[in-house]
Amino acid sequence: MRDLTDAFLELVRRAATDLPPDVEQALREAREQEEPGSAARSALDTILENVRLARENSTPICQDTGTPLFYVHHPEGWSTRALREQIRAAVAEATRRTYLRPNAVDSITGKNTGDNLGDEAFPTIHFEEVEGDELIVDLMLKGGGCENVGAQASLPDTRLGAGRDLEGVRKVVLEAVFKAQGKGCAPGVLGVAVGGDRGSSFLGSKEVLLRPLQDSNPNPALDELEQRLTQQANQLGIGPMGFGGKTTVLGTKIKGMHRLPASYFVSISYMCWAYRRRRMVVRGDEIAYS
Amino acid sequence: MHKLTIPLSDEVVRELKVGDAVALSGTIVTGRDAAHKWMIETFIKKTREPRGDDLQVYQTLKPLLQGGAIYHCGPVVAGLDTGEYRFVAAGPTTSIREEPYQGDVMRHFKLKAVIGKGGMGAKTLAACQEVPAVYLHAIGGAATLIARSVQRVVGVYKMDFGVPEAMWVIEVQDFPAVVTMDSHGGSLHAEVEAASRAALEALLAS
Repeated sequence: MRDLTDAFLELVRRAATDLPPDVEQALREAREQEEPGSAARSALDTILENVRLARENSTPICQDTGTPLFYVHHPEGWSTRALREQIRAAVAEATRRTYLRPNAVDSITGKNTGDNLGDEAFPTIHFEEVEGDELIVDLMLKGGGCENVGAQASLPDTRLGAGRDLEGVRKVVLEAVFKAQGKGCAPGVLGVAVGGDRGSSFLGSKEVLLRPLQDSNPNPALDELEQRLTQQANQLGIGPMGFGGKTTVLGTKIKGMHRLPASYFVSISYMCWAYRRRRMVVRGDEIAYS
Repeated sequence: MHKLTIPLSDEVVRELKVGDAVALSGTIVTGRDAAHKWMIETFIKKTREPRGDDLQVYQTLKPLLQGGAIYHCGPVVAGLDTGEYRFVAAGPTTSIREEPYQGDVMRHFKLKAVIGKGGMGAKTLAACQEVPAVYLHAIGGAATLIARSVQRVVGVYKMDFGVPEAMWVIEVQDFPAVVTMDSHGGSLHAEVEAASRAALEALLAS
């Protein structure tokens, strides 16, 4: 098996320094929505200028380069052990080159490892064997500010009048956006999983964030809820950075999961405006990034 | 745009109002979760004995913090192997985690400005009125842009906290921020939260 360490390093560099075009587009549209001269518009101007500078200089968009979350889809015959070693080597090198901040802190001793290599879940690497002959690796960098404002609800919730249906989902998601205020670096993107157990539900709420920002949900009921939630979250008026304004979220992505009859979890992962995700596809000798 | 230079006088601080854009210059100190816990336990509540270089660091930082600014930031720093440090990315981190500590730290050191993102609560707002001081909101995530306002890394203390948590002493020129909590009891965060709460209640009822 070939050594892809350098290719993974390039994937990390792109993810940390080059904001995906769909996110930048959404930020530009948000800027046009905000009143000229408002703090909201000025915040978005600063954000867009920062995106440009980071890309130009190959420096991190945000200093919190987050938890590196790798999603590896590999054909039959690839060694996941070798891939893990190469990914870990690339992450350590990316830290030396200041594409990443050393972020892995031992929770018991308080020591930072200095190279972003922690236990088996840091960096997080998901493996999935797939058909075909392409190795596809998605990388998402999710910072702590937005991770901290994520939420999980167990329905029904009498306080909110939220039952076990999509109307109940709507209520708990809106409350989570309200509680986040500007602390998750609004305008954010909402990843929502309905169902699962507590663990799979949170994983699902992150995976759904890999969808392109401007796509639509193939399930008409979820598509309608995604649009409604985006629109209603923006009616909260929290605005960019919590300064007040029209854009509180850039989009909402929802997925349904199977659950136990007894459980009905709704998990919300809040992704900050610095929605860093990049893909690498290896086909024979070719390596393509998007 | 208000051009501010550290140290800040009470008069300058009192002129600042919620919504004012500022460009801050001078020497500031970074400090976040580990630093605030350390300052409170070792020097303010004194529930922990000073050890190692604690007292020396305290004596060095005290005059910088008096009339100065603390920045909630965990930077990406180049030159860790050579000691020729350079800030590569240096946006603000979420300030609310320091809410239990901040007011006491402000009073103890006579801090005139706290820089971060996301705003802070009632305890910090009360300290802003007493000291007096302001909360300056930097743009979260704008790390490359903000790093350009860092002219020089003067020194670093408590490196045993790790690079993001260490206390970095930096010289900044025209650091961009917005006053979102002032010394007159004004808080943009309290205003936005109240308005959004009313909007949420209407949406939940619909």
